[in-house]
Amino acid sequence: MAFSNILPRQINYVKYIMLTLSMAFVFIMLVMPLSVILHEAFKHGLLSYIAALNNKFTLHALKLTLLTAFTAVFCNTVFGLYAAWALTRFQHKYNRLLSAVINIPFTISPVIAGLIFSMTFGRSGWVHPLLEIIHIKLLFTITAVILVTIFVTLPFIIQTVMPVLIARGIQEEEAASLMGADGFTIFRKITFPHIKWPLFYGIILCAARAMGEFGAVSVVSGHLQEKTNTLPLLIEILYNDFQMSDAFAVSTILVFLALLLLLLKSFIAAK
Amino acid sequence: MSVNNNHITIIPGYNLSIGITIFYISFIILLPLISMSITTSHMTLTQFTAVIFDKRVLASFQISIICSLTAAVINCFFGTILACILVYYKFPGRTIIDSMIELPFAIPTAVAGISLAALYSPNGYIGKIAATWGLYPAYSKAGITIALIFVTIPFVVRTIEPVLQNIDPAFKEAAFTLGAGQFTVIRKIIFPEIFPTLLLSGGLAFARAMGEYGNVIFIAGNMPYKTEIVPLLIMIKLEQFNYPQATSIAIVMLLLSFIVMFILNSLQIYYQKIITGGKN
Repeated sequence: MAFSNILPRQINYVKYIMLTLSMAFVFIMLVMPLSVILHEAFKHGLLSYIAALNNKFTLHALKLTLLTAFTAVFCNTVFGLYAAWALTRFQHKYNRLLSAVINIPFTISPVIAGLIFSMTFGRSGWVHPLLEIIHIKLLFTITAVILVTIFVTLPFIIQTVMPVLIARGIQEEEAASLMGADGFTIFRKITFPHIKWPLFYGIILCAARAMGEFGAVSVVSGHLQEKTNTLPLLIEILYNDFQMSDAFAVSTILVFLALLLLLLKSFIAAK
Repeated sequence: MSVNNNHITIIPGYNLSIGITIFYISFIILLPLISMSITTSHMTLTQFTAVIFDKRVLASFQISIICSLTAAVINCFFGTILACILVYYKFPGRTIIDSMIELPFAIPTAVAGISLAALYSPNGYIGKIAATWGLYPAYSKAGITIALIFVTIPFVVRTIEPVLQNIDPAFKEAAFTLGAGQFTVIRKIIFPEIFPTLLLSGGLAFARAMGEYGNVIFIAGNMPYKTEIVPLLIMIKLEQFNYPQATSIAIVMLLLSFIVMFILNSLQIYYQKIITGGKN
């Protein structure tokens, strides 16, 4: 479809202008920031890099990040599948309203997401008296971090699964149901095989966002070392303490995880 | 909510799935949103306007809007070019560039933030070169804009790509055989086709850029009245436990993003009508 196919003898100057511009853009805006992370992390040698990673704060933050991401992905996957089933297999008048509500986290700034959670569960929040009765403290705990991460990543999975379910229609499920299959059998044998890869894609997007969430988490976590500090928060603390190379060393963990997810994603795209 | 009212189907699982959906949404989304209105209901209108028309708040809104708009416009330009070369041309390294586009999605905001700050600060690679020309991109509005360009580029590229793929190559071939140059083809055939989508993706990028926090704060310098963005101001009010003020600013932010979304939706409907000949 290239222009050059049509006019073989003309010099394709448009192509070269566009290529140069986009190469320059990709190099300056995307390649350089990525390489700076690696360069800064290894600036003081491999030993200090390992020392930055192998201390209890980093390891604890890594554990919390993985726990948060895993819980958020798990909850949102279960919810996303049920919600996609409810919104695509049945027609009722609240469908549009529900999908609009589900998309709210996408339009809200992460900081505002954190704000509304701390106003709900914080000391001045209206749920706080109820929580005190049952002796639960939510704000500035890991539970709050997980809750706000679930909020921020909620729409990802349902957004990747729903279009596929809508496009497929409901005839196969209806046929299976007519033949007497129960709900979970229909889901396992008919729906799931079709949405397997979109679901996996959604899970990857959700996991990437959940691991890197910063604004929202930073509001509700209270920055407590060894308690609620996830990796992005630890990076901020190190950076503000002028421990630059430590901050970049910790960043490489997240970059590595992010690149891993990108790799998985392109693997799925090939499917 | 009336159950089994206006749907006739034999597929099982309606009550269970809709029940789980509504419970989850109420707990995760609606419950926190309600508390926003509860906090503001304790405020009077004069208090609310006093917060909003505070000089520092107005300045931060101005900074956020200007930087987000600039970033959205620049991204519309580069995003279109990137989408064009990815769709129309084959060149070595195409797949690498294709997967690089997603990088800002995958890289955590804090990580991107510190690496951009390191890159553009006066002793970073690009900052050093810029300093010899007397330019200091870090800790200024230019720095904020750069960070916002970084976060929002995937939105623009990924929304324009499918539209470009769907343009019938016969139009271009016809134009070429009629003697049109390449710029004429881009201006008269490709650009009108992608213009509605370009507006849409630019608007999405703008909305996203307004709320961005992690990428920006490290490179912004965060000086009140100069480089303080709205999300950061909300954060500062929160750290002082000044919930009413933080909420007031947040409500204006939410209103802004809902207005942007509303405009985008109306635009989409308008162009949809043109495309379908006013039938739909």
